[in-house]
Amino acid sequence: MERVHRRLSRLIAPAAAPYWQVAPLAGVLAVFFLLPLAITVVVSFWRYTEYSMIPALVGDNYVSVFAGCLAELPALCVTFKTYLSTLKFCVLVWLVTLVVGFTVAYFLAFHVRSLTWQTVLFLLCTIPFWTSNVIRMISWVPLLGRNGLVNTALVASGAVPAPLEWLLFSDFAVVLAFVHLYTMFMIVPIFNSMSRIDRALLEASRDAGASAWQTVWNVVVPLSKPGLVIGSIFVVTLVMGDYVTIGVMGGQQIASVGKIIQVELSYLQFPLAAANAVVLLGAVLAIICTMTRLVDLRREL
Amino acid sequence: MRPSTKGQAGVSRRTVLKGAAAAIAGFPAIVSAQPVTLRYLGTAVNQSKEIAQKVKADLGLVIEYIPVTTDEVAKRIITQPNSFDVVDAEYFQLRKLIPSGNLLGMDARRIKYADKITPVFTKGQVAGKTIGDQGTAPKKVFYLEGPTSTKFAAAPTPWITLIPTVYNADTLGIRPDLIKRPIGSWAELLNSEFKGKASILNIPSIGIMDAAMVVESLGAHKYRDKGNMTRAELDFTIKTLIEAKKAGQFRAFWKDFNESVNLMASGEVVIQSMWSPAVTKVRSMGVPCIYQPLKEGYRAWAAGFGLPKTLTGKKLDAGYEFINWFLSGWAGAFLNRQGYYSAVLETAKANMEPYEWAYWMEGKPAEKDIKAPDGTLLEKAGTVRDGGSYEARMGAVACWNAVMDENDYMVRKWNEFIAA
Repeated sequence: MERVHRRLSRLIAPAAAPYWQVAPLAGVLAVFFLLPLAITVVVSFWRYTEYSMIPALVGDNYVSVFAGCLAELPALCVTFKTYLSTLKFCVLVWLVTLVVGFTVAYFLAFHVRSLTWQTVLFLLCTIPFWTSNVIRMISWVPLLGRNGLVNTALVASGAVPAPLEWLLFSDFAVVLAFVHLYTMFMIVPIFNSMSRIDRALLEASRDAGASAWQTVWNVVVPLSKPGLVIGSIFVVTLVMGDYVTIGVMGGQQIASVGKIIQVELSYLQFPLAAANAVVLLGAVLAIICTMTRLVDLRREL
Repeated sequence: MRPSTKGQAGVSRRTVLKGAAAAIAGFPAIVSAQPVTLRYLGTAVNQSKEIAQKVKADLGLVIEYIPVTTDEVAKRIITQPNSFDVVDAEYFQLRKLIPSGNLLGMDARRIKYADKITPVFTKGQVAGKTIGDQGTAPKKVFYLEGPTSTKFAAAPTPWITLIPTVYNADTLGIRPDLIKRPIGSWAELLNSEFKGKASILNIPSIGIMDAAMVVESLGAHKYRDKGNMTRAELDFTIKTLIEAKKAGQFRAFWKDFNESVNLMASGEVVIQSMWSPAVTKVRSMGVPCIYQPLKEGYRAWAAGFGLPKTLTGKKLDAGYEFINWFLSGWAGAFLNRQGYYSAVLETAKANMEPYEWAYWMEGKPAEKDIKAPDGTLLEKAGTVRDGGSYEARMGAVACWNAVMDENDYMVRKWNEFIAA
């Protein structure tokens, strides 16, 4: 008994403790993330027919993902066109959510003094998430549609002669819906960074003669960097993988990588879909690597 | 021994005694009193609560619905054939499903109404007249060479792939109040008059067929088989679609039933590919909508029950029992009243009121108000069904939903169309 106890205490000795602490999460990640990911990579090299998958090691699926991409230059092949369109949304949504997210977080962190009000205003920000994604998007139709509220108001007020078609089922609508959905993912990490800023620094900045803008630019922005990067990673990865929003708000007329993968899955072309998923994963990882290069998250945190 | 429904209502001295007797008699008695549960895989459209309740009352079988999408049905049959006992799949999928070897060739001798199934399935005929068979027409995939065969038989055999549940003829839906003139051809979908107000469905294998109907009626190309295009034909069809898309012809595409209802009811779209129940839904919202018959004919589809090969013993018997019940009339009448067609017309007719039959199947003006199975008003007295009688609608079928030989290439080209 005594010996067992001693052995146990050695196992949970300070040196071993961190390993035990990460073990549960590591286990979950290994089984539900690393393993499926490994399977996806393996399957992406398989062959398939309409009703079966054949283990193999061929690059056919990758060739077919990039079919015609070199031959059709300077015209863009489907894959390049799709990635370009998805990247365009990434940049637009990232810019808008960054500016809006920073402003809202700044307001919450520096202008709202009481914790109660901060909580109340935060809750307000979560209102878009109170209903399901699909219902939220379908409700845009009566608002932005040809006979929707916005167009009716615009035409009635004489601002435009005919209803604006580009309000719905367009790039604009997609960006609008994304911003509506994902600004929250920007606000939270930026707010978190900002609330850790020592207020004395702001006073010091003012005392040193800096204007309000100079303080924001030279003190608040650099110190909020980790929040800005984490928020950006959230937004970019969410936009890269999304196909529901692009589908509904773009009237299914705008391609997205996720949609292509979904179509391939529904036609039982699993290996081809796996290859597309691996390419998408590569693209997203490349973007995240670039972002973390710009800011050394580990040091900042 | 069938458990009496009365006994379940309250516990009387008698039922307690019965239970005690069963317990004393031993295990088997209890097991046989357990109702068999059938896991029914299919799309939500056909899985009505009413049917499950009626089956429970008539046969004592418990139906457990597994509602998934059409694509998911195929995926499950191929990858998880043990996860269901009865499947409601579409005939066009059979070209993918049968080679997997997971479905049983059903024994026609155990299907009571096998020889009463409409000739649409067995011979590709309506009222003695041969109908369009381009695409995966059910008659091409109706019989197997043997109960465990993975090959379709050219001539009738006693081994049936799927026992039909519902089928219908699809066409374009229009908003007559916004178009204000008669529409008579598939070509109108790409008419620049409806620029920015047209839609097509974004399900590649069905969308491509609708596109083919349009291309052919424009006189741009005559297909050998719209349901089995060559690569050159696919290139040409997609090119036509891309040109129309770039010119701003389409307002949106739709993928799911509710999306098509929304597009039409809100007036975003005035002409589009549509499914029959979606037209009914728009109309029940008080918005005028017509399921427009067109001179080139309809694109038809059909679904039916299949049994997995792994089904044995009591479950297999229950599967056959359920399918026989389905063909015996009550379910057929239920489906006919929703605007679908059922497999055995005689038994369905016996379960419908004469005025209902006259409206839904004979294309006559409704004598009385027409109501849906749940009692909501569908059509006022005096209306005539769009497209008319069964013979007029099913007789004018031009092609069937299909899986093409060039399926992979088709999906790739379709993605190109969406990305354009």
